[in-house]
Amino acid sequence: MLKRFLGLQWKSFYRAASFKTEIWFKILMGIGALWFILVFLGMGFGSYIMIKEAGIGDPLRVVNQYMIYYLAFDLVLRYMLQKMPVTNIKPLLYLPIKKSKVVNYSLGKTVVSFFNIMHAFFFVPFSVVLIMEGYATVSVIGWHLGFMALIFINNFINVMVNNKDSVFYVLAGLFLMAGISQYYQWFDITLYTQPIFDFFFDVPWTAIVPWLLLISLYFLAYSYFKKHMYLDGGLATKQSEAKTENLDWLNRFGNLGTFLKNDIKLIKRNKRSRTAVLTGFFFIFYGLLFFTGAIEVYESPFWSMFAGIFVTGGFLFSFGQYVPSWDSSYYPLMMSQNIRYKEYLSSKWYLVIIATIISTILATFYLYFGWEAYAAVLVGAIYNIGINSYLVLWGGAYVKTPIDLTSNKKAFGDKQAFNAKTLLLTLPKMLLPIIIYAAGHLLVSPLVGYLCVALVGLLGFMFKNKAFKMIEGIYKKEKYKTLLAYKQK
Amino acid sequence: MITAQNLTKTYTQTVLNIDHLEVPKGQSFGLVGNNGAGKTTLFSLLLDLIQPTTGHIINNDVQVDQSEAWKPFTSAFIDETFLIGYLTPEEYFYFIGELRGRNKADVDALLSNYEDFFHGEILGQKKYLRDLSKGNQKKVGIVASFIGNPEVVILDEPFANLDPTTQIRLKGIIKDLAAKEGVTVLVSSHDLIHVTEVCERIVVLNKGEIVKDIKTSTETLKELETFFGG
Repeated sequence: MLKRFLGLQWKSFYRAASFKTEIWFKILMGIGALWFILVFLGMGFGSYIMIKEAGIGDPLRVVNQYMIYYLAFDLVLRYMLQKMPVTNIKPLLYLPIKKSKVVNYSLGKTVVSFFNIMHAFFFVPFSVVLIMEGYATVSVIGWHLGFMALIFINNFINVMVNNKDSVFYVLAGLFLMAGISQYYQWFDITLYTQPIFDFFFDVPWTAIVPWLLLISLYFLAYSYFKKHMYLDGGLATKQSEAKTENLDWLNRFGNLGTFLKNDIKLIKRNKRSRTAVLTGFFFIFYGLLFFTGAIEVYESPFWSMFAGIFVTGGFLFSFGQYVPSWDSSYYPLMMSQNIRYKEYLSSKWYLVIIATIISTILATFYLYFGWEAYAAVLVGAIYNIGINSYLVLWGGAYVKTPIDLTSNKKAFGDKQAFNAKTLLLTLPKMLLPIIIYAAGHLLVSPLVGYLCVALVGLLGFMFKNKAFKMIEGIYKKEKYKTLLAYKQK
Repeated sequence: MITAQNLTKTYTQTVLNIDHLEVPKGQSFGLVGNNGAGKTTLFSLLLDLIQPTTGHIINNDVQVDQSEAWKPFTSAFIDETFLIGYLTPEEYFYFIGELRGRNKADVDALLSNYEDFFHGEILGQKKYLRDLSKGNQKKVGIVASFIGNPEVVILDEPFANLDPTTQIRLKGIIKDLAAKEGVTVLVSSHDLIHVTEVCERIVVLNKGEIVKDIKTSTETLKELETFFGG
């Protein structure tokens, strides 16, 4: 039976329409996974020595101190990215398979997820280093097993609270507060959690406690899913009460207003698009890494240009690059209704432009870091409006991944970003402004560098009609391929 | 009104092959055929959602794969991909209305004609389209295709998923459209009884080719049943 389940799983994986697309994507996915593994391995092997050299105490204790944040962050990441086991259960419901088997399999599947295995790349080498450094072997094993259980506990917590946004945001908020209050030394949560983690080492057999917890959590999840395995129970999709909205004030924009109204509803009412907006918002603060000098590598002035692009372009990148996939679920309607491509594209363009302007205004606080910081932001905005807004729409024509608006899974790291053409298009998006700036900066002065980038942006803005014509042509050319791709969910 | 000439569509196999087909203005045109006969393919070609391998379709002097000028007078409901899931039915109707140059009052006036058809389950329900049942979604899509006085209305399997009461009402609506308002209505269906009741002309597709082209009469149903039964 298990073999058959695994067979189904494998088929659903390699027969997925999206899987057959780009070899590029597979390669990059591989590189991405490898990068993660390397980072974790590096952390595993390196952190012992790094902490020791930093002289902030016994490496194991230091790691234990911050482990609570590690676990919290893991939980947040899982909540946002890890897929839930309930999908694909429906067709199995009425078949002669015991429910307990289906549930066990679904839950078991989450155990072998990359989100769990990833941690082994940190914990295994770290434990090995500890033993080699002369820590008691039994103690290290106890500690190791304890954390292994905790990671899996996270796995099942995520399974249980999945889709309960309220619970998630409260928890995430609490951890954020804990982090902030620790930074300002109001309250230190690690004082209370570190002893627990230390215990796994000091008294190795206590590692059995998280394992017991894990087992009971598994059974809890098991009975929960078994009880709720009905179409109107756990497998039902959530419905929210709908409210008809007018947004009549947008009517003054004519046809464009019609689309803008729709796009605003699209953003407001769908989980996936809300995430895109949120991502865009967080990008505003991305510049803090550069301008506060928090990270040394970022201190070169060329990076500030990079920051400028990102600070104002968050929405542009997170939303814009998925045009037209946002409309994928009803693309045939858009293509057969009385709609001209130009109007459709303009509305998306305006949306991106408005968001860029709002980001620029919100980012005024960068003035605090000096005029140069805000100049980078401002110039970044001009470049985003003048050049990048076209480039994302252009790239969008080649993005043929249908988007499931109601689900947040795959919101990041979707394969779309990794097809060869969109990848090539990111070069002018990010590198070109840096190069232009660097040229101006090195040849004359920083100010001239900024002026050059702004000038390129303004030029792009002036050729709007021409750019639109070209993009429209590409969209038309790709129309049939796009329609076909959106049909395959 | 609509002319198809040398129209073929080939993937690995030829799924549609029509030498010549002409649908005059104001005709209620029925398309029947088994699964895979090419009904949806033909409709998709009509809406320029796929490209013909050879030949072309001319809709009111506009070649559909060359110009977009057919869009203002043509409307369709093929499947749920013609609905915008995150809108309420009202918002969806107004959206389509705006695209077709109709204001709210116009759309409201049109909708009031379909109160019977909606059976109190569509308007004012505080539900998004994605949360409506399949049948109710279909009602929304069908009525939306009547907005803006289109000259050509294309409905793929409009009777499937509808309850009997609604099916009967829909038949009345389609007949009226063609007879009273001169709208060219193209309907496909698996239900021979419905089509023969609604359409003046019935074309049978089999493996992509037109095998029968009948002017509907009292014997038509019998003829079709023999064809599909034998």
